[in-house]
Amino acid sequence: MRTIDEIAAAVAADIAPGSFVNLGIGQPTKVADHLTAESGVVLHTENGMLGMGPAALPGHEDWDLTNAGKQAVTELPGAAYFHHADSFAMMRGGHLDVCVLGAFQVSTRGDLANWHTGAPDAIPAVGGAMDLAIGAKQVFVMMTLFAKDGSPKLVRECTYPLTGLACVTRVYTDLATFEVGAHGARVIATYGVDVGRLEERLGFEL
Amino acid sequence: MKVTFPESADAAVADVADGSTVLVGGFGPAGMPYVLIDALIRQGATDLTIVNNNAGNGDTGLAALLSKGRVRKVMCSFPRQHDSWVFDSLYREGRIELELVPQGNLAERMRAAGAGIGAFFCPTGVGTPLAAGKETREIAGRTYVLEYPIHGDVALIGAHRADRAGNLVYRKTARNFGPVMATAADLVVAEVREVVDIGAIDPEVVVTPGIYVDRVVVS
Repeated sequence: MRTIDEIAAAVAADIAPGSFVNLGIGQPTKVADHLTAESGVVLHTENGMLGMGPAALPGHEDWDLTNAGKQAVTELPGAAYFHHADSFAMMRGGHLDVCVLGAFQVSTRGDLANWHTGAPDAIPAVGGAMDLAIGAKQVFVMMTLFAKDGSPKLVRECTYPLTGLACVTRVYTDLATFEVGAHGARVIATYGVDVGRLEERLGFEL
Repeated sequence: MKVTFPESADAAVADVADGSTVLVGGFGPAGMPYVLIDALIRQGATDLTIVNNNAGNGDTGLAALLSKGRVRKVMCSFPRQHDSWVFDSLYREGRIELELVPQGNLAERMRAAGAGIGAFFCPTGVGTPLAAGKETREIAGRTYVLEYPIHGDVALIGAHRADRAGNLVYRKTARNFGPVMATAADLVVAEVREVVDIGAIDPEVVVTPGIYVDRVVVS
């Protein structure tokens, strides 16, 4: 079984050198810790920046310079700022190579549900998730394979409200990495569990 | 209309009418026009529709406007945050309307308003609840959703610096929604840290040309 950091390292290893990449709020931000300067990967933050650097050190925060999670960050040489309409045009227009998102559920064909549990008392919030899901050339999901109640998060059909249709290409989890799409889910690698046991717990063939 | 420099933030928002749609810049604290929002609270306009990425944080700024019952509707992409208790309780009590808009659509719908576009087909949200009931069209094999502009009666934005011609520059990610909102409202009021003479901002680096800006106040 992989830790969050090991999953993040696996995602980072699959990002091609020189890619333009958006890392979603939460666990996906950890991918940045595993990207080397030599990789030439440029980070996009949807509030309006390319060339985002690491988090600002305590005492050195500049509150005009924040990431999508509203945390103080830094700029790297070669960074660029732009307004929100340009930032999202970059996604929709297919200029972003990879985005990494968290998820409540992903279907074997790549449908994504990550913005709303559908609970009647929940206040919905979507942010840029829908724009990223359909805009980036490749959408990688980072999540645990099973929810706290044991239910699978890789499913044949999402039951939570969708973020995007057939948009996810890869799913990185604690127990396995999958490729998903029109062909269904295919296992790329497993961690501490065999494929037969995974199929049993997921309830479908891989 | 040529830009003016009212003596105070109160004077700058004095004529905001009840029922107005107010575009409010900022993404979290970055670019948030706090001085103008506080002036709008004192001014007393009510029944407002507020367009911002969020729905207020803590007890100040937009959250204070909400808590005074001045806001009928919020159009935003991300209302729920760790410190959005003012909005959360109003929403749960059914005392405020929410139109949840994907963040890119929020920006693009205002861009359309500012650019004279009547509506546009957008791929964001296809097959999701946020596109339910909206017109769709297949164009070159891909499905798109018809989205309409968001036009403001008023825009309140934060910028870094203005010159006496109303040209604006921003600072770092505090730019966010400012340049788009500046194009999309009848009355555009900018809160800046400093006003400089004409010629002190290089024309090559102007982000919002003064044609869009009606009033400037120093925060």
